[in-house]
Amino acid sequence: MIFHLPLQYAWDANEEYLFKAMMAFAMRRYSSKSTTQISNVLLCNVTDRVSFWFVVTDSSKNTTTVPGSEVEAAIRMNRNRINSAFLLSDKTLQFLKISTTLSPPVEPSTPVWLIVFGVVLSLIVAGIVFLVVSGIRKHKKKNKESTERENLEEKGEVTITIENGIPCETLDLKAGHVNGVFAADDERFTSL
Amino acid sequence: IQGYFILEDLPMDMPPEVPKEDGRPKWDNKFQYILSCIGFAVGLGNVWRFPYLCQIHGGGAFLIPYFIALIFEGIPLLHLELALGQCLRKGSINAWHTISPYLGGVGVASLMVSVLVSLYYNTILTWVMWYFINSFQEPLPWSVCPLNENRTGLNEECYESTAVNYFWYRKTLNITPDVTDSGTLQWWLVLCLAACWAIVYLCTIRGIETTGKAIYVTAIFPYLVLTIFLIHGLSLPGATEGLVYLFTPNLNILKNPRVWLDAATQIFFSLSLAFGGLIAFSSYNPSKNDCEKDAVTVAIVNSITSLYASIPVFSVLGFKAITGYWDCLDRNIISVINEYDLPEQSITRQNYTDWITFLNSSNPEKLTGLKLKSCDLQEFLDQSVSGSGLAFIVFTQAIILMPGSQAWAILFFVMLFSLGLSSMFGNIEGVFTPLLELQVISKSIPKELLSGIICLASFFFALCFTLGSGSYWIDIFDSYAGSLPLLVIAFFEVIGVVYVYKIKRFSKDVKWMTGRKLNLYWQITWRFISPLLLLIVFVAFVTLQIQKTPTYAAWNPKYVCFLIFAILNRSEGCMFFSPTKSFKITALQSCITNTRDGNIFKGSRETLLLSTMTGKEAVAR
Repeated sequence: MIFHLPLQYAWDANEEYLFKAMMAFAMRRYSSKSTTQISNVLLCNVTDRVSFWFVVTDSSKNTTTVPGSEVEAAIRMNRNRINSAFLLSDKTLQFLKISTTLSPPVEPSTPVWLIVFGVVLSLIVAGIVFLVVSGIRKHKKKNKESTERENLEEKGEVTITIENGIPCETLDLKAGHVNGVFAADDERFTSL
Repeated sequence: IQGYFILEDLPMDMPPEVPKEDGRPKWDNKFQYILSCIGFAVGLGNVWRFPYLCQIHGGGAFLIPYFIALIFEGIPLLHLELALGQCLRKGSINAWHTISPYLGGVGVASLMVSVLVSLYYNTILTWVMWYFINSFQEPLPWSVCPLNENRTGLNEECYESTAVNYFWYRKTLNITPDVTDSGTLQWWLVLCLAACWAIVYLCTIRGIETTGKAIYVTAIFPYLVLTIFLIHGLSLPGATEGLVYLFTPNLNILKNPRVWLDAATQIFFSLSLAFGGLIAFSSYNPSKNDCEKDAVTVAIVNSITSLYASIPVFSVLGFKAITGYWDCLDRNIISVINEYDLPEQSITRQNYTDWITFLNSSNPEKLTGLKLKSCDLQEFLDQSVSGSGLAFIVFTQAIILMPGSQAWAILFFVMLFSLGLSSMFGNIEGVFTPLLELQVISKSIPKELLSGIICLASFFFALCFTLGSGSYWIDIFDSYAGSLPLLVIAFFEVIGVVYVYKIKRFSKDVKWMTGRKLNLYWQITWRFISPLLLLIVFVAFVTLQIQKTPTYAAWNPKYVCFLIFAILNRSEGCMFFSPTKSFKITALQSCITNTRDGNIFKGSRETLLLSTMTGKEAVAR
């Protein structure tokens, strides 16, 4: 077993005791028999990195060791508890030969992105509807205004100077063209 | 009544002065117009194409051919288009028809190119939107690999590459192994595509009346976000390494004609010339507007934006490189500590090399038995990526490493979306304005309906890009629809105005509009330099394309090493993306050692795939 990152506490005999206690706890929970004691867990080859070997003996069977697979299964079942007891995580507390079983990821019932998408889409649609409706209204208003204007013209009450229905400002004025009628008149009057 | 206007100031052979109220829409103010032009020019390419070119073409030295191309090609062509639109006050089809009935095809060609580019450009925005709506998830979905079916380990495809790659190629694109295998429509992309076209419709529903309002947000917002990223990026570790790497000039690179070609094409595509959109924008101007100053302003702002954007991009890339380098070191340190049972913290990043030499001298076999990877910061920095690979793989990977990654992801993708959207306005305007002016259409259909038809039809055509093989199709469109035709159109634009319409006539028109005579710079560039440059660029482009068989990089979910060998052996063309020749050897070596968790290996593979796969030319805009 190897600790990877520096512990937040110093590793001493008390911590070893805690570890033995956790192992005993794990074995008890796994095998559901309350016979495993702290004295059944043996540590050896402790190094400065904090790594060591350990075995669990079975007191009922006269100091034979519990098979590795059982210990593995027990640890796997209680991995969370062991980790939190030492304020470590799966990465920092590594049991050799025991790969972590990955916990299923938490997934909400509707994926988050659908919710966001729904919000965005409803905003867009609202905007489009608003613009289209205001466009239609403007168009109707313009139509109404021009029909009103036509009605007024028919009544002859129009005050805008109009020549043949066209306001003067937009007449296409070329730089003066001669009006034949006037010229003819002028000629008549200047015969003397 | 007489003397309503003075005849001798009229442009010659022009229709008589149309009075102000001719029913043509106009900009609310000059700022809106300038902002629209800038928004059109400043696009995704300023963020993900220009910094890449700077990096592979000798850093600061690239600015020399870039600015030369700007002065002799970019600004003159831009001025030409703006002046043309403003003078004739028509969209591209009618404008070119007025210039000469034989040149009407130029306008139609612009329209076609705008249509084709709009189709695939909005699909890129679809990808951006997909990443945006996924950024609200905690943790970010591209940061972790999903589990495999029986939950004993990570998904195999994801494990073999990286979580970021997996999310892009599998979860987003659901890519097929090659272009002939079409796959099915990816429903999530179809939804996002619909949303994107709905946004485009919302903003362009009444032409410039609505885009003019929207542009205030979409053109200014990216600058805000770039500034935020700049400040944050510069505070990240590794930023200085990244920036130094980007800007260190290597003047030898100027001897390579490829560099000059890339500079010319980058300027050309970055300014969005020959789309007809600029002509459409300036046609809504009042006639007496200083188009000369506008052109210079827009071009310079575009180039400054490119430079400004490359700073945060490279700060973040430097951060990513140094984090990768530290990860590599840390992994080596752990394995050494485990092997030698040394106390924790005895080997740090700083004294790592000393320790290695010490251990190597005492017991070399043990050390080599560990198979430590060589960690080289330069190698991490050398991983150059452009195009969508930069945004969706490299940048997303860097964002995971930052604290508060969700906020950064959201900001980043909204910025990309605004950049792309303002360019889309120009593209759509290049389609909308000419169509609106066609006699057939203008009488019967209201504007809202026309823009709706355009957006709906484009949506249906663009559905083909949401297939499994969609991104391969986008690569094809980008390489061939958005590159060569533009060069041809621009060439005929210059020749048409200068030699068919006659530059003397045009000078008079411009003088009438701006109040100043055309100075020597414009005369020379319009008459000789710009057409000549365009011709050279066109010929060089075609020659380069002819020399290699067309290839594309494909994502093969099964074989890893095989893929790299296949690409390298197939054609030398892929190599033009590699910054140095040694890249080929490095890739092979990495492949052979096949370290599964090695960042460099994955990095090489990503780089090769993404550089060849994603947009080269038009995504330069």
